[in-house]
Amino acid sequence: MIRTLMRSVREYKAASILSVVFIALEVIMEIFVPTLMAHLIDEGINGQNTQTIVTLGSILVVIVLLAVLFGVLAGEFSARASAGLAKNLRKDMFYKIQEYSFANIDKFSTASIVTRLTTDITNVQLAYLFLLVIAVRSPIMLIFSLVMSFSIHVTLTLIFAAAVPVLGVGLFLLIRVAFPYFGKVFRTYDKLNSVVQENLVGIRVVKSFVREDFEEDKFSKVSQKIFKNFYKAEGILAFITPLMQFVMYACIILLCWFGGTTIISSGSTELTTGELSSLIAYAVNILTALLMLAVVFFMINLALPSSRRIVEILTEESTLKNGPNPVYEMKNGEIRFENVSFSYTGEQDKEFLKNINLHIPSGSTLGIVGATGSGRSSLAHLIPRLYDVTEGKVTVGGVDVKDYDLFTLRNEVAVVLQKNELFSGTIKENLRWGNKDASDEELIHACELAQAAPFIETFPDKYDTYIEQGGTNVSGGQKQRLCIARALLKHPKILILDDSTSAVDTKTDAKIRKAFREKIPHTTKIIIAQRISSVEDADCIIVMDAGKINGCGTHEELLQTNAIYKEIYESQTKGEDNA
Amino acid sequence: MKKAKNTLRVWKRLLGYIIGHHKGLFTIVMICILASACVTVIGSLFLEMLIDDFITPLLQQQSPSFDGLLSAICIMGAIYLAGVLASFVYTRLMAKISQSTLKKIRDDMFIHMQKLPIGYFDTHTHGDVMSHYTNDTDTLRQFIGQSIPQLISAIITIIAIFVAMFISNVPLTILVLIISAGMVVATKLVGGASSKYFIEQQESLGKMTGYIEEMVNGQKVIKVFCHEDETKEQFDKNNEELCHDATNANRFANILMPVVMQLGNLQYVLIAFIGGLLALSGIGGSITVGVIIAFLNLSKTFNTPVAQISEQISMIAMALAGAERIFDLIDEKPEQDGGTVTLARVKYNHEDKLEESNDMASNWAWKQSQPDGSFAYTPLKGDILFQNVDFGYTKKKMVLHNINLHASPGQKIAFVGATGAGKTTITNLINRFYDLNNGEILYDGIAIQNIRKPDLRRSLGVVLQDVNLFTGTIMDNIRYGRLDATDEECIAAAKLANAHHFINSLPDGYQTMLTQNASSLSQGQRQLISIARAAVADPPVMVLDEATSSIDTRTEKLVQQGMDNLMLGRTVFVIAHRLSTIRNSDAIMVLDQGRIIERGTHEELIQKHGVYYSLYTGAFELE
Repeated sequence: MIRTLMRSVREYKAASILSVVFIALEVIMEIFVPTLMAHLIDEGINGQNTQTIVTLGSILVVIVLLAVLFGVLAGEFSARASAGLAKNLRKDMFYKIQEYSFANIDKFSTASIVTRLTTDITNVQLAYLFLLVIAVRSPIMLIFSLVMSFSIHVTLTLIFAAAVPVLGVGLFLLIRVAFPYFGKVFRTYDKLNSVVQENLVGIRVVKSFVREDFEEDKFSKVSQKIFKNFYKAEGILAFITPLMQFVMYACIILLCWFGGTTIISSGSTELTTGELSSLIAYAVNILTALLMLAVVFFMINLALPSSRRIVEILTEESTLKNGPNPVYEMKNGEIRFENVSFSYTGEQDKEFLKNINLHIPSGSTLGIVGATGSGRSSLAHLIPRLYDVTEGKVTVGGVDVKDYDLFTLRNEVAVVLQKNELFSGTIKENLRWGNKDASDEELIHACELAQAAPFIETFPDKYDTYIEQGGTNVSGGQKQRLCIARALLKHPKILILDDSTSAVDTKTDAKIRKAFREKIPHTTKIIIAQRISSVEDADCIIVMDAGKINGCGTHEELLQTNAIYKEIYESQTKGEDNA
Repeated sequence: MKKAKNTLRVWKRLLGYIIGHHKGLFTIVMICILASACVTVIGSLFLEMLIDDFITPLLQQQSPSFDGLLSAICIMGAIYLAGVLASFVYTRLMAKISQSTLKKIRDDMFIHMQKLPIGYFDTHTHGDVMSHYTNDTDTLRQFIGQSIPQLISAIITIIAIFVAMFISNVPLTILVLIISAGMVVATKLVGGASSKYFIEQQESLGKMTGYIEEMVNGQKVIKVFCHEDETKEQFDKNNEELCHDATNANRFANILMPVVMQLGNLQYVLIAFIGGLLALSGIGGSITVGVIIAFLNLSKTFNTPVAQISEQISMIAMALAGAERIFDLIDEKPEQDGGTVTLARVKYNHEDKLEESNDMASNWAWKQSQPDGSFAYTPLKGDILFQNVDFGYTKKKMVLHNINLHASPGQKIAFVGATGAGKTTITNLINRFYDLNNGEILYDGIAIQNIRKPDLRRSLGVVLQDVNLFTGTIMDNIRYGRLDATDEECIAAAKLANAHHFINSLPDGYQTMLTQNASSLSQGQRQLISIARAAVADPPVMVLDEATSSIDTRTEKLVQQGMDNLMLGRTVFVIAHRLSTIRNSDAIMVLDQGRIIERGTHEELIQKHGVYYSLYTGAFELE
């Protein structure tokens, strides 16, 4: 997992290494300070030697200034490295998602992808920064301080060297015990979020049913749970400060006693008072370094779930790939389904489509009707290879869709999806998704075919009208017509409309179909619809039921032979007959 | 200036929250922090005292006795122990104080949010409101748990050390003061730049999140149009920008600590350097070796709290900003309710007058207090009258103009018109989600603004177009309509709503868990459950907003039957999206730009050959 993440460091390797180098240099400068200070005090001040004071004092000032310089440089490089890693991770994830097939996309919810690309990356970025700065700084500090201390006095150093494992184990245990509670807290946080979100989304329901008190109870329960677990977790972590102080104070007391007696009994030969203060300074440094390491350990633990979620995205393999010798040209829009079965999961017992055989001649119009979940959309999605068949094969222009270059295939097969999206930007920008080099005339022509031109002309800014995110500032019917125009701009050989005119009135719907018949006669058209009127003039209509083709024929033929078709037709026309 | 005043106000209020509910505990915390800080200062002076008073004199003796040294160290040990104990007590207590303060803030926010008018939810995005509960509260957690105790302890320590310094030597204290001023300036410069870039980082992060959200939502469209490369291009642009801002923000945050720490070291070195020279040259007068060493230790102790404060600066700024946003929500004006008329269960007494009754089988009536102190009861029937109603979400732009209509008990009134014509707005006025600008709505003859909102809403049932179900079982969701409904009543309601059949076909039946707005169910099935939910509430007046999104013909039929069952014997307002379903209405209102332009029964309107006729024959589109 770590290796996958580290692959994204790339061009920030230099910054990462430089950051480590400068931190090491800064720490080393800092470590010299107590030793040199001891000399300054003992030989300079106590020894009443002005020369020594000036020399050592100047060296110390230089060292401190160097430490500032290295510290600033380390801050610079660690900032670059951690922000850079975050940038690359985000990029890698986003690029990976662009490679995903529909099946991959179905696996992750939008909200979860957004969280992974934002919060989770921020967590990893922070952990990396800590790793670069503190995880480098603390061990160096620890080791060098120990070395320096040993060089001053071995026996005395052993006192606080013994304290290191005691404190280390203590901190480790505290974090280990507290950690599960943090896990619980974060899970409860998700619950709190979902309670608040549902409340916000459903606020009209809440108020209509006068359920404010009920919602408050619900919230208060979750809130209480967060309090309980958080209090437990932080209550355990509250031992850290006193534990740290206890160990540190104990070291100081012991050093004072043994140090003091050593100085006195040896008459300052074995240890001087200056050296004793240096030893105490080193002891404090070492224990602080240990505490910081514990903090890093804790932070990394917190970032682990985030890392896991990121790696999940990065290692998810697209289920659709180009074949070895992809075909880059499509002869015509003839479609053939040969014994096609399909399931979203790949499991036999959950098949959405069973044994479909179908031939659609190039340039003809096929209508598909049937209940939701009968497999209408699934059938159409197999043509541009949004999903792969489980069994059998789909051919377009005589070539198996799996043999096409995906880009070629999808450029030639335009789908207007049921859940279609417009993006924030002008109408023109949205339309040019279909063909980025389209001239204004082409745009207008496509909109005329899709019957979108009339309403666009009524907007003050016409084709430069700004569409809000999700297309919320145009009506459902307008949105659908814009989506059709966008698809038409691709000049596709096959055009699939997946329930794309449901919000368009019947008259406009008819006009769109007329335009298709007259202006793009060579395009194969597949129209999936609820309304019989949308498909009744198709060359062939198929009725889907429970993943199978229940009936196939023209409108008149089906009315005679197909019970489902007849039932749908009658339920939709009953009203109008009486009118 | 105003901003500073504002910051002070937020501080005060936040402290009020923290201290207000835990006066006793907080006092103990303060005492313990004080004790702990004192121990730190004493500790830093101890070594000095040990050297001057014991080690140096003992060095001069031939046969030194360690008794004095031992007892001094023992005393110090005891003091340290007390310090550890004090630390333990206050960290433990702070954990409790901070967590219960956060709980209180969260609860207060949510309770207050429930009281806010619908207008608030219209004007604030969900993400925005959600972040009050997550990001903003989170910044407070660190602030209360860490920043506050550290700040208090740091201030106490700094004061104590300054006092100690002043007592031992004035010139050296001035030297320390000068360097400290430098540290403060450096912190301010670097910290200020850091906060500025942090805000920029937050902004570009928001932009990035928005872009990712939009693209991931439209991911399938991107694939269908092979638009991956263009999407990546724009993404890279945003990503570079975010990286740039993040680097800036972190750069200053990263260098703040080393700069402050090294300035501390510099101070340490300078004291030794300058102090040593002064002592030797004799200019310093009273400066002795002991004084210098004492100063060195003091300055070392002094640097820790200063570093701590500098570390907390951005945390504090963020917490105050978070607290301000939280208080904004809590200060938001709640929904006003001047209504006094309530609902009461009543029955006729032997004098044929209405009186209150606890009998569950009794009827509902409006209870109005009279000037003489008695109560008048009006039976709840479901008669709704609109008189010259005007309404606008803002004063400047009126959405409804001069609406007049009357729905007698049991009648079905349908609203027809394009998106934005005002259909939904009319129904939002009946349950007082919004208040009228002009005119009056009478419910059983009582002006609705005189009816207490909860009672008014209890008497109205709603089935909304976008169905909102809550996490929980299907049974829980139906029971949302009436909390004391039995399982049998819920099932009966589901049967009425035509939902029973599909619910039973689910593996867990009524105990099926629904999550994420019941995404496992189809739109039609969600609609059926919401009808059952309204049915179990059994109100005399119903508002039905039909679903627009594609439901297949069969399910649509079920939903229609369910709605028809629900409408029986109630006053119903239907917002129609399909004309076939409203032909049997008692009256159809055709709305255009907030005005009723046609009204009448289906037959009347068809004969009129007006707007309704064109809609019906498919010449106009509805949505």
